[in-house]
Order: sequence, then C-alpha cells, then structure tokens
Amino acid sequence: MFKMRMLRICRKSIKDAFKSIFRNFSLSMASISCTAVTLILVAVAILVTYNVRSITNDIEEVLTIVALVDQNATEEEVEALKTQINDLENVDAEKTTYDTTTDIKESLSKDDDIKEILEILDDFKLESAFVVHVKDVRDITDTAMEIEGFDKVSRVKYGESLVNKLVSMFDIIKNACIVAVIALILVTAFLIANTIKITIFSRRQEINIMRLVGTSNTVIKFPFLIEGFVLGIIGAIIPILLTIYGYAFFYDFVGGKLFTDLVVLVKPEEIIYITSLVLVIVGGVVGMFGSVNAVRRYLKI
Amino acid sequence: MEFIELKNVFKVYKNGVSALADVNLSISKGEFVFIIGQSGSGKSTLTKLLYREEKPNRGSVFVGNINVSKLKNGNVYKLRRKIGVVFQDFKLLPKLNVYENIAYPLESYGMKDSEIREKVLKALERVGLKEKIRSYPNQLSGGEQQRVCIARAIVNEPKLIICDEPTGDLDPKISKEIMDVLDKINREMDSTIIMATHDREIVNRMKKRVVCLHEGVIVSDKKKGSYVQNENA
Ligand SMILES: Nc1ncnc2c1ncn2[C@@H]1O[C@H](COP(=O)(O)OP(=O)(O)OP(=O)(O)O)[C@@H](O)[C@H]1O
Ligand SMILES: [Mg+2]
Repeated sequence: MFKMRMLRICRKSIKDAFKSIFRNFSLSMASISCTAVTLILVAVAILVTYNVRSITNDIEEVLTIVALVDQNATEEEVEALKTQINDLENVDAEKTTYDTTTDIKESLSKDDDIKEILEILDDFKLESAFVVHVKDVRDITDTAMEIEGFDKVSRVKYGESLVNKLVSMFDIIKNACIVAVIALILVTAFLIANTIKITIFSRRQEINIMRLVGTSNTVIKFPFLIEGFVLGIIGAIIPILLTIYGYAFFYDFVGGKLFTDLVVLVKPEEIIYITSLVLVIVGGVVGMFGSVNAVRRYLKI
Repeated sequence: MEFIELKNVFKVYKNGVSALADVNLSISKGEFVFIIGQSGSGKSTLTKLLYREEKPNRGSVFVGNINVSKLKNGNVYKLRRKIGVVFQDFKLLPKLNVYENIAYPLESYGMKDSEIREKVLKALERVGLKEKIRSYPNQLSGGEQQRVCIARAIVNEPKLIICDEPTGDLDPKISKEIMDVLDKINREMDSTIIMATHDREIVNRMKKRVVCLHEGVIVSDKKKGSYVQNENA
C-alpha cells in the first residue's frame, strides 16, 4: 500500500519535473549550458590530475640512486652498508638491489658489442653498486646525500635535477586541479540552484497552494529534486562526449606520450569511463542539492 | 476540551503590528461561526492561526487535539489534510482544470485514482458544478471559481472548514448561493465551519453564532440566532 503510494507520487513528480524543464525551456537551457561548461572544466581537471599522477608514478619507477661502492670494501663492510641504506626512511628496501662487479659485467655482456669491448679491455675495472629505489622521489636529493656520507661509498649518482623539478611542477598542477575541481563543483551547484530559484520564484504561488491543501514538504520538493537531477545529467552529456572522443583524439594525436618517451599518457580506455561516471554523478548530485536548497526557503511556515 | 480552543492568544507581526490580543475562543464540533469585524481587526489572522499559516506569539491554539501552536513545520501538512480552507481569491492552480484542481490534494496524498474520482465527483455535485468539470479557472466566473475552491476544501471530507471572506468579491445573489452551499455542507457533512466576513447582510440572514473582533480583541460573542445591528464594517 505504502509502496504503491510512493510509486504514484514518484511517477507524478517525474512528469512534473519534465514539464517544468520544458515550460521554462530557455532557463533550463541556460543552466544546462552553464553546467556543461563547468563539467567540461571538471573533466579536463580530472584527466590532467589522473595523467599527472600516472606520469609521476612512472618517473618514480625509473628514478634510482646508484651508489658506487669502494673497490676495497670487504664483504662485511658491504653488508653493513646495505643495512645502513635499507634502514633509511625514504628507501624502498624491496626494490633496492646490490649489483656486484660480475652482475654488472653479465648484464653488460648481454649486448654483443659491449661484450667484445669488455674482452679486449681485460683490465677494465668495474665497480659494484647499490641501485637504490626511493619511496618519494621528491626527497631523492636528501637521500642521495645521506648515502654519499656513508662509509665505503665512493660516489653517488641520481636522476637529473630537471626530472626532479618536473615532478614538483606536476605536484603543483595536480593540487591546482584538485582545488579547481572542488571550486567548479561549487559553481555548478550554485548555477543550478539559481536556475531552480528562478523557476521556483514563478511557482511560489503554486507551492504555497500545495502547502495550504496539505501536500507534504517531501512531495513538494520531489519534482524539484528530479528537475535538478535531470538538469545536471543533461548538462553532463556534452562533457562526457568530449571526454570520450576528445581524449581519445588527443591521445592518438600526440601518440600516447608528451615530448619524451618518459612522459606516457594514460590510455583512454583506462580513464574515460570512470571520468564520465564521475561527471554524471557530480552533475546529478550537485543538481539535486542545488534545487533542494533553492526550494527549502519556500517551505517554511 | 472543545473541538477548537484558543487560549490567551497574542499575535504581533514582525513589523510590530499587534493583530490579536488575549483572544480566548472555543468552538464545538458542527458549529457554524462567523468572525466579523472592521478591516484590519484581525479576522484573517485568527483564521490563519487555525491552519497554521501564522504562529501565535503567546497562548495556545488547539484544533481537534492537535496543538497547532507547537506543530513542527514539517508536520503542518498533517493538520492541513484535516482542514479545508476557502479563500477570497480562490487560490486555484491556473494550469489545472476544475477536476484536476479538486483532485490535486488527494493526488498529492497518494490516493488511488478510482478513489479520487469518486470523491471529486461527489464534491462537485455538492457545490453544483458538474457541467464545468473540464474548464480551466480563467474560463469560470467568480462564483464558479469559488465553488471549485469549496469543492477542493471539502473533497477530503474535513471536519473543519475555514473560510476567509469567501463572498468578498462576489455580488449579493452569487454570495447567497455560496452561503447556501456552505450551509448545506455544514448540515450534511456535519463539518464545523468558521467564516471570516464583513458582509453584514449574510451574517444577519444566516442566524448563526457571531464572534466580533475589534482591534484584535473579541468584543462580543453572540450565540446562534443573534441579530447584528451595530456592526460598523
Ligand atoms: N503578514 C503580515 N505582516 C504584517 N502585518 C500584518 C500581516 N498580516 C496582517 N497584518 C496586520 O495585522 C492586522 C490584522 O490584519 P488581518 O488581515 O487579520 O485583518 P482582517 O480583519 O482580516 O482585515 P480585512 O477585513 O481587511 O481582511 C492589520 O493591521 C494588518 O495590517
Ligand atoms: Mg482579511
């Protein structure tokens, strides 16, 4: 019985919502386009954030500190050094390896040309080395300096400071995008709230009559809720199409990477659907909140 | 306790206007009561307190065991479903036709279509407007619109009907017809009717209980059958 009742009220509310969207067509279009514009920006911000995070991770994978070990170091000393390095907070002990002279020789020998050279230069002296992976690439300089200070470490080499700068720049971009997304979401909510406020203003007489004849606030609010939801969802359509086709186009256009092979973009299929989902949810939820907020002040007293 | 009880009710509007002062009034079930008084004497304010369009600043208002003055905003609809209200300006929804206007409250309560239909037709019959069922408000005369408003007020068969100058904008002949409809509803449905008016003609003819307000104070409360002579409205 109660379910049937809710069903009837829902059906009527949805009908009312669509009626209102069409009746106030220009206003609806205005809020849909505003929502679309902000959601496009949200989409761009999400795509950028996603890519920046992925690129940062890639760079972190390849950035290592190579610590060359004194040739006269004993096995015990190397072992002690290993513990020392692995105990450093920023060192990823699981990925960090110790390559002995023979290891290095072996891996170099895989290349036939180098193998030849090595055979000719019999007295060519290779140094053994720790290849240290760090947890946070931002602190790589500090960690490298610490390792350099350890006993029996002859030299330390690590990624170019340019890469380092790139990563911190990416950090800034990522944070800026997050702030932008939040700001844009608020703007969208505000726009939808305002549209609905205007449509409500012309309907406040109607709302007042509904209240007078005993319609509950929930039932009065429901069509507005649906209206906001629908406006938000419609506003998300163009941004979603742009995300799906636009990003794939951009990806193909630049060949999946930016400037160098090091900066690899996220594949479209890994990112566009989740981004679209986020846009639908943001559009719908924000629309609902905006409209409920707009109608609330007419339901007092 | 009586069906309706106002105890030491004071109403001061936000702008400082004192509309009601120390009003005490009790009305029993099935009564037909006129509220009369000059313009600005507080008649509308008194009726608004009953259906909680306004809240008293002091005192309490009871309608059929509901403490209206303490009713939460979100629960006001529960009270309104038990009260039918008839307005001077009808307050019909312009985009709905006669049938839809009367059906609207019941629809919004989630009632079944068949049940709604039955009730709407019954209400229309009571007010004598069956032939205009598909007309829109702007295609109706004032008297006809008022009948629609009354039909909407009685469609859920409320025990209390509140009318605020229902004949205010109507000519004497139509006013009389509207009063006959209300009188019939009062007798047949056993609904309590409270009607604010300053139409002395009607009050004198109907011979019902008359409560007279002056500057927000009840100055007289004459039982059924009284004749109002010195009403300076
Ligand atoms: N919403 C309001 N805000 C402020 N003052 C109000 C409000 N409504 C009514 N008043 C004032 O309260 C007093 C009583 O008004 P009310 O409407 O109850 O009078 P009334 O007897 O119905 O008059 P009328 O016969 O003209 O309809 C008046 O002085 C009026 O100006
Ligand atoms: Mg009045």
